[in-house]
Amino acid sequence: MSIKGFIFDIKRYSINDGPGIRSTVFLKGCPLNCLWCHNPESRRLKPEKVKSDSYTWSIYSQSCDPGIIGKEVTDLAVIEEVEKDIPFYQESGGGVTFSGGEPLLQEEFLFSMLSLCRQKGIHTVVDTSGYAPFSVIKKIYTVTDIFLYDMKIFNNELHEKYTGVSNNKILENLAGLTAMGNKVIVRIPVIPGVNDTDVNIQEIVDYLKPLNILGINLLPFHNSASSKYSRMNIENKFIGTKSLSGEEMESLRMKFALAGKLVSVGG
Amino acid sequence: MNERIRKLREQSLNAVPVISSERAELITEFYKKENGKYSVPVMRAMAFKYILENKELCVNNGELIVGERGPAPKSTPVYPELCVHSENDLDILNNREKIPFKVDADTKRILLQEVLGFWTGRSIRDRIFSEVDDEWKNAYNAGIFTEFMEQRAPGHTVADDKIYHKGMNNIKNDIRESLKLLDSYNDPEAFYKREELKGMLISADAIINYAKRYSSTLYEYALEERNEIRKAELLEMADICTRVPAEPPQNFREALQYYWFIHLGVITELNTWDSFNPGRLDQHLFPFFKRDLDKGTLTKESARELLQSFWIKFNNQPAPPKVGITARESSTYTDFCLINLGGVTAEGENGVNELTYLILDVIQEMRLLQPSSMVQVSKMNPDQFVKRALEIIKTGYGQPSIFNTDAIIEEMLRQGKSLTDARQGGASGCVETGAFGKEAYILTGYFNIPKILEITLNNGFDPVSQMQIGIKSGDPAGFSSFEELFNAFNKQLKYFVNIKIKGSLIIESIYARYMPAPFISLLIDDCISKGRDYNSGGARYNTSYIQGVGLGSVTDSLASLKYNIFDKKRFTVSEMLELLGNNFEDGPKWKQILYATPKYGNDDDYADSIAVKVFDAFFDAVDGRPNARGGQFRINMLPTTCHVYFGSVTGAMPDGRKAYEPLSEGISPVQGMDVKGPTAVIKSASKIDHIKTGGTLLNQKFTPHLLEREEDVDKLVKLIRTYFRLNGHHIQFNVVTADTLKDAKAHPEKYRDLIVRVAGYSDYFVDLCSELQDEIIKRTEHKGV
Repeated sequence: MSIKGFIFDIKRYSINDGPGIRSTVFLKGCPLNCLWCHNPESRRLKPEKVKSDSYTWSIYSQSCDPGIIGKEVTDLAVIEEVEKDIPFYQESGGGVTFSGGEPLLQEEFLFSMLSLCRQKGIHTVVDTSGYAPFSVIKKIYTVTDIFLYDMKIFNNELHEKYTGVSNNKILENLAGLTAMGNKVIVRIPVIPGVNDTDVNIQEIVDYLKPLNILGINLLPFHNSASSKYSRMNIENKFIGTKSLSGEEMESLRMKFALAGKLVSVGG
Repeated sequence: MNERIRKLREQSLNAVPVISSERAELITEFYKKENGKYSVPVMRAMAFKYILENKELCVNNGELIVGERGPAPKSTPVYPELCVHSENDLDILNNREKIPFKVDADTKRILLQEVLGFWTGRSIRDRIFSEVDDEWKNAYNAGIFTEFMEQRAPGHTVADDKIYHKGMNNIKNDIRESLKLLDSYNDPEAFYKREELKGMLISADAIINYAKRYSSTLYEYALEERNEIRKAELLEMADICTRVPAEPPQNFREALQYYWFIHLGVITELNTWDSFNPGRLDQHLFPFFKRDLDKGTLTKESARELLQSFWIKFNNQPAPPKVGITARESSTYTDFCLINLGGVTAEGENGVNELTYLILDVIQEMRLLQPSSMVQVSKMNPDQFVKRALEIIKTGYGQPSIFNTDAIIEEMLRQGKSLTDARQGGASGCVETGAFGKEAYILTGYFNIPKILEITLNNGFDPVSQMQIGIKSGDPAGFSSFEELFNAFNKQLKYFVNIKIKGSLIIESIYARYMPAPFISLLIDDCISKGRDYNSGGARYNTSYIQGVGLGSVTDSLASLKYNIFDKKRFTVSEMLELLGNNFEDGPKWKQILYATPKYGNDDDYADSIAVKVFDAFFDAVDGRPNARGGQFRINMLPTTCHVYFGSVTGAMPDGRKAYEPLSEGISPVQGMDVKGPTAVIKSASKIDHIKTGGTLLNQKFTPHLLEREEDVDKLVKLIRTYFRLNGHHIQFNVVTADTLKDAKAHPEKYRDLIVRVAGYSDYFVDLCSELQDEIIKRTEHKGV
C-alpha cells in the first residue's frame, strides 16, 4: 500500500546536500519559522497558491497548475522519479537527500520512502532541523545513512526569536542521535548579524566538541530566495543583508577545526 | 609563455584573413600549359609539385617550425579547380560582417581576369551542379540538406603514427614495391593503378623538394643573421629541413616539423574538409619526448616552446573561404583540426602519459581558436586526467571537449573495423569517429530532420519555398493516430534520404574520376598497396556520413502533435496547422505547447521514446547503404552552425518554435526546454543508441558557480563518467553565464577574446552571427541546487 505525502520539488544533480551526485526531495511543511528561510514556500504543509502572472521555467509541469506550489504524491511516485538517476549515484557515491521544509514532520511518508531507497540500494540523507519527537528520530535512524542536522543558534531565547521555536529539544535530540551512532553532519547556516557572533560560535563549538559527528558544514548566507518572498507575498527581513566574505568564513572554519572537527564551507 | 611565443601568438591573433591569389595563379598557369598531356592523377600530382616549387616561402621572425599555406599567416589560398569565385563572391567575402576575407584590388583583378574564365564550367562545383537533377537541386535549395563537397574536397581523415617511422623515401620505396607487384597481364585496372602510383611518387618528391627549398632559404637567412643565437637556430632548422620529411624524424623537434610539412601538403593539394590533423599527438610523440628527455637533448620547457610554436602554425591557417549555403552551414574560421589526447594504446591500455599533461598545459596557455582539442576518456584513464581537462574548460574557453573512447571503439567495431585500428583512432572535425590513418570518412552534408516534418504536415508541399518538393504522404487532417502521422513522416524521410544519396553517389564519382588526391593518398593505408586514390576507395575503410540535425526540435514537435492532438485532444490537426501558419501569435495555446507539453531532455519517456523512434528511422534509411568508394553510408548527429541555417528555412514547428528561429543543435534538447538538470539531459540523450552512429554531439551550459569548489569538479567528472557508462559519445561544456554572453553581444569590443562552444567546435563569440549568439544565450544554464 502506498503512502501519500506533500512535496514541493525534486531537484536532480544536487551537489550540495551530501556526498556524490544526489537527488533532493523537498518535503513540504515546517514547524520552524526561520526569518532567513531559503524555502519560504516550504512552510505550510498543504499546496498553496502563489503569485504567478506567467508560466516560469522552474515550475514547468504537465499536470499542475503553475500557480500552485506543492503537490500530494505517493511514496512510490517519488521513488520512481529518484531512481532514474541510480547510474549517477552509483558512479559518484551519491544518492537521495530528503530535505524540506522539515521532512520529519511527515514521519510515515518519509520512513516509507527511506525504506524503499534501502531496498533499492540507494544511499540516503535526511536534512533536518532536529525539531521532532525523539521517537521519530529513532525510527528514521534505522533507515537513514546520514543526517544533515541543522544547528542555528545556541542561546535558547535568540533561537526562539529567530526561528519561532525553542532549541531544547533540538539539542537533546542531537545528543541522543549521536549517541546511537556516527551518522551526523552538523550544518550551520551562517547568518550575518544573527549567529556569527563570537559568543554563539563559541557555544556551538563547545557543545559539538564531545559529540560523535562525521563533520561540520558552514553554509554561507546568500540572498537567492528574495524573489520567492515577493511571489509568496511575505516580508523578507533579510533583504540587503550581505554574505560573509571568504576570509570571514575561513576564520569561522578555523574555530571549529581547532576543536578537532572536520569542517568545510558549503554543502 | 616566453617572449618569442608571445610575439608569434600576437602576430597570429592580429593577422587579418586575406585571400591570396598565389595558388590559384600557379595551378591555372600549369593547367593552361599542360592540360591533357597526362593521366588525371599524374596531372594532379604535377600541378601539386608545380605549386610547391613556385610558391613563396615564409619564415616568421623567431619561429621554430616553418611553413605557411599562403605567403604569410592567414593569407588564404583559393582552389579554383574545386570552386571558382565570381566577382560577387569576392565582394561578399571582402565585405561580409562575419568571417570576412579581405580581397585587395590586385588579387581581385588576377582572380577575375586569369582564373575565373579558365575554370568556369570546369570546376568541380560547376560540374556537380550540372550533373545533379532538379529533384536534388530543389531539395538542396529548400534547405533539406547541404552538400559538403560542392566547394571543398572530401577530407576528413587524420594522420596515424606512420610518418614518425617512415620518411618519404621509405614511402617511395613502398610505392615502387606496389608498382612492381602490378599484374599487367591479368589486372584490367593495372594502368589506372600505375598512373595513380606514379602520381604518388611525384607528390612525395614534391614535398621533399619543398622542404629542401625551405632548407636553402633558412640557410641564407642564417648567413645574414647577426644574432648568434638566432643564427644557430636557423642553421638547425635548415638542417632539419634537409632530413624531414625525406627521412624518418630522429627527435621530438623533427617529428613536429615533419608533421607540419605533411599538413601543408594536404591543405595545399586540396582544401579538404575537415582539415587534416595529427590526431593522437600525445601517443605519437611520446616515444620521441621520452627518448630526448632521457638523453638530455630536450627539456620539458623546450618541448613546451616547440608545441606552442606548433599550435601557432595551426592558428595561422583559417579554413578556406566558403560562400553561399556552405558558408551558412559552417560559418567559422576554424578548420576543425582536432588534437586527440589520452584514450587507450593499441594494446587497449591507459594512453595518458606525461606528454598528455604537457599538451594540456599548452592548450590552456595558448588559448587559441586553432587547433581544436579534445580528451578521449576511457574507463582505463585516471580521473585526474579528466579533472585536468575540466580545469581548462572551467576557464570558459569551451575546450578541450570530452569524448568517450570506449564508445568510439565500439562504434568502429560495429562498422567492421579491426580492434587495433579502432583503438588507434578517435574523433576528428567536430565529433566524427574514424580509424586514423586508415579511413576516408567523408561528411556529405547536413540533413534537416525537422523540415521533413514540416513537409509531412503539408502533404509534400514546402510552405517556405512554396514548392511541392516532397511526395504526397497524405493529408494530415485525415490522420487518426500518431502512428499514421509518423509513417507519413518516415516516408518523406526515406524519400529525401534517397535524393541525398543519389546526389552523393554522383559527387563521389566525380571526385574519384576527376579530382584524385595522390598526396593525401601517401598517408592513408591502404592507398599505396591497393594502387588506388584516397578519393576512389583507396583507404582501408571508406565511410560516407550524413549528419542529422535538429533531433531535439523534431522530437518535441512530434511529441507535441502526439500529446496535444491524439492523446489530450487539446486541438485538431487543422487547428495546429492554423497555429503554425500564423506563427502562434503568442496565445494561450502557444504557452500550453511550450510549457505544458512533454519535452526531450527531461528524462521523460513520453518525449524521449519519440527521439529514439526518429533516430532509428534516420538510421534505417541511411546505414549500410553502399557509397561510390566501396564503403557505406552511416549517420552521425552534429550541426556545426547548420542548425541556424536550417532554422532560417523552416517555418513554425509544433513544438512552439517560431518560424525561422534556430533549431536544436546536435542531440542537445531544444534551447531552454531541459528543466530537470544535467542528469536528466544525459539520461534522455543516452536513450538513442550512440554506438550505431559515427558521432553525436551534446552541449551543456554550466554557470561558473557550479564548478567553484574542487568537489564540484569531482562530481562533474562523475557526471561525465556516468554519461560514458551509458554509451554517450561526446559532451562539452560552456562555463559562462547568460549575463556575460548578453553583455558580450551588446559590447563586442570588450569581449574580443571570449571563446565559446558552438557545436563540435569553439569560436570567438563576437564572430558568431547574431542568431547564433541568441541561440547560445538561450541554452539552459545548469545552476545546481
